Amino acid sequence: MEQEKLIVRDKKQSQLQEIWRRFRRNKTALVGLAIVIFLFLVAFFAPLLAPMDPNKAFFKDKLQLPSSTYLLGTDNMGRDILSRIIFGSRISLYIGFIAVGIGGIGGTILGVFAGFYGGKLDNVIMRTMDILLAFPAIILAIAIVGVLGTSLGNLMIAVGISHMPRYARIVRSSTFAVRGQEFVDAARLVGAHDFQIIIENILPNCLAPIIVQSTLGVAQAILAVASMSFLGLGIQPPTAEWGAMLSAGRQYLRITPHLAIFPGLAIATVVLGLNLLGDGLRDALDPKLR
Amino acid sequence: MNNVLLDVSNLHVVYDTFEGRVEAVRGISLKIKQGESLGLVGESGAGKTTTALSIMQLVPSPPGKISSGEIKFQNIDLNKIAEQKMRQIRGNRISMIFQDPMTSLNPVLPIGLQIAETIAVHQNLRFEKAKYRAQELLEKVQIPAERYKEYPHEFSGGMRQRVGIAMSLSCNPSLLVADEPTSALDVTIQAQILDLMKDLREEFDTSLILITHDLGIVADICDRVATMYCGIIVEEGTVKEVFENPLHPYTQGLFNCIPKINDKGHKILPIFGLPPSSLKYPSGCSFHPRCPKCTEICVQKMPPIQSVKGRTLRCHNVTI
Amino acid sequence: MKDSLLSVNNLKKHFYISSGTVHAVDGISFDISTGETLGLVGESGCGKSTVGRLITRLTDATAGEIYFKDQDILKLNKKNFSDLREKIQLIFQDPFSSLDPRKSIGCSIEKPLINFRKGIKKARQEKVDEMMELVGLHPRLFNKYPHELDGGTRQRVGIARALALNPQFIVCDEPVSALDVSIQAQIINLLQNLQKELRLTYLFISHDLSVVKYISNRIAVMYLGKIVEMAPAEELFESTLHPYSQALLSAVPTLQIKNGERKKNLLVGGVPSPINLPTGCRFHTRCVYATERCRKEEPLLVEHSKGHWVACFLAKSFLSKIGF
Repeated sequence: MEQEKLIVRDKKQSQLQEIWRRFRRNKTALVGLAIVIFLFLVAFFAPLLAPMDPNKAFFKDKLQLPSSTYLLGTDNMGRDILSRIIFGSRISLYIGFIAVGIGGIGGTILGVFAGFYGGKLDNVIMRTMDILLAFPAIILAIAIVGVLGTSLGNLMIAVGISHMPRYARIVRSSTFAVRGQEFVDAARLVGAHDFQIIIENILPNCLAPIIVQSTLGVAQAILAVASMSFLGLGIQPPTAEWGAMLSAGRQYLRITPHLAIFPGLAIATVVLGLNLLGDGLRDALDPKLR
Repeated sequence: MNNVLLDVSNLHVVYDTFEGRVEAVRGISLKIKQGESLGLVGESGAGKTTTALSIMQLVPSPPGKISSGEIKFQNIDLNKIAEQKMRQIRGNRISMIFQDPMTSLNPVLPIGLQIAETIAVHQNLRFEKAKYRAQELLEKVQIPAERYKEYPHEFSGGMRQRVGIAMSLSCNPSLLVADEPTSALDVTIQAQILDLMKDLREEFDTSLILITHDLGIVADICDRVATMYCGIIVEEGTVKEVFENPLHPYTQGLFNCIPKINDKGHKILPIFGLPPSSLKYPSGCSFHPRCPKCTEICVQKMPPIQSVKGRTLRCHNVTI
Repeated sequence: MKDSLLSVNNLKKHFYISSGTVHAVDGISFDISTGETLGLVGESGCGKSTVGRLITRLTDATAGEIYFKDQDILKLNKKNFSDLREKIQLIFQDPFSSLDPRKSIGCSIEKPLINFRKGIKKARQEKVDEMMELVGLHPRLFNKYPHELDGGTRQRVGIARALALNPQFIVCDEPVSALDVSIQAQIINLLQNLQKELRLTYLFISHDLSVVKYISNRIAVMYLGKIVEMAPAEELFESTLHPYSQALLSAVPTLQIKNGERKKNLLVGGVPSPINLPTGCRFHTRCVYATERCRKEEPLLVEHSKGHWVACFLAKSFLSKIGF
């Protein structure tokens, strides 16, 4: 009997392994994953990687082109662009994930209750989401920041709220789809309560679209924050943030374009990487391929 | 007329999927004569639908392909002709009815138009004439001609299947391939549809390949029957021969495991075991793990085809 | 009836939609005794699956009573009914969607035991192993996911799950319709053996007459939300009294070789919409024997001979034809 128990336990990993196998086959997805991992490493090891203090201004060396001392040149205040880009990755990641966390968790909760109970609750929740969706995400975020103030925390809340409707919609439709499946009825039959069904049966089956939307959402959040900093509403100087760097670099486009090009490239690469990753995850998690 | 209309010989079809190579059809041979009907019986995964699709040259081509064999229709090898030529045959001289009446019609076009379209294209008729002929066909399948303009969603499942039948018979095909045409329908509607198919076949003298898992339907409408298992035809003969004296253990198993509505107090005997995965068939005779008559040679070698007076059988332990 | 395990009385379920009221189940009454199998047969839209859902309270009834051991379960509030869930279970039709794809099959079978707090983990796992063996599954399949298994095996998991709480009454909702013929036979035999071994009572819902006849003691035929005929299995087939039952029976393909004979097609037209029900007898629009009375009055389900109930004004004339 004990022998059989050993045999019984070994196959638990199969689902994740299968997903990984499918993911592996997709070359662009792997590129995306590599970029994202690279981003994480850079952000994590920033103090070790950055050659200089990102906020230290060497006035005499301002607006220098890339050289052996300043690998990516210096900006208008004489700060090393490379170090600023490296440290900027932290802010981008930080904001991206927390904003998506706020939006994702909030949106998921609203969406799953709307989808599970339907009726009036569904109506109230989804009409509220519709109102939020009616504003372009950026305008909404700007409006919220305008009301609350331009601190980092408020920025994340603003971007997070503007993301909620997307998650709410996605999770709501997944919930509808899952709710009608017989295994939900079966769970009721064997004594599960509503809340238990939502946590154990519905949410796990909504995971795939949530994960995909999250990776894309992080990219959008980074862009949103960059845009707002560009407009002067986001991160305030001297903090190194890619969007703010882009904004500051705008004036110098004709003389020393590298002030804008490098942060721009950084944003573009990360967003691209996240998008590729998101697409790859969507394909790998697709239940139809099972 | 005793000429052979369709002659399939040694057909092999494979699918190259992510999980590996699936040999859906492994060397089947069939002959259908003009006006004859053959029932192709088997369970899911046996390769029946793939066989039908191969005849129509509709095997989905990135994963699947016909790897070898001949499909001779009126002496033309369908595997060798160009797609353009096949298009002239498909829908015109060979037609197909699909299983699901809900999804086999275009939901955004009126049904009459879908029938008329087929006629206009193949018979090279002016649209007005094609429309008239389509309305005639609708009456034939007991749908009032006024419903020509209606859309598929306005019809019930049974009526949609009638539309499907009208469409497939619109160009008087010599051969009709029907893939489980009544599985999705209620039994009383099924009876109506089978009756209709019988009438129409008589009128047009169409040959029929009927794919089904239901032996009762075969008894009702077919002249000959072939049972398939794991991509191989294990037994074939006239309905009378096979039903009165099934020879292959799988065919016998199929008969023994269905509850018979007219019998009292009989016990159904299930076939032991599970159908194998199409990625890895058992060695030798694919049925051997489930066969009550399995012997050593069954594990090692695929049984050869025995063929006596139109009756075929692939079994080491039974001789015709 | 006092010795019946389950007694349904004038059960109704109406759905209210924009175009009208759907009379899915419209006044059904029957009794099932302990250890018996009542087959409920009918075509799509007749309401048979809804009956199963009403009995297990997956759907709430519009009217009527359901007595389980003399207790009206429809009057129980949610908490009290949940205790009864151990006794009344359901086996689902679709082996693909009735198991949570994200849970191993062992987990799915264990769930009822966890929910009802049946013992500690070790005891529960032993019970799961016991259930799996009971339905013919090897315990080493515990960690497998549904998509790794075939239809028949999945259906066995569904059965094991239903049995985990030692129920007395099981609604089998088309349990073999989605399976291949050879596997159907295995599951049918399994259900019969389990019934004998565990003294179970079944309501067996199906559209497949041959299967229903094989497994049931008594059969009720449904049409558009009502029972039109109910009788012991053999008798229903030997002396079929209701025209719909007759049509249903004659439509089933048998293994007799037809040799070009035409089967008598007794039905005209299609099933009416359950929103706009025909007046009088619901079946009159398709009945070849329909009279004026059939168009105006609705026949009640009446006992014509012991245990044989029919809802048809002309049943007596059919009876005399058969020689009663």
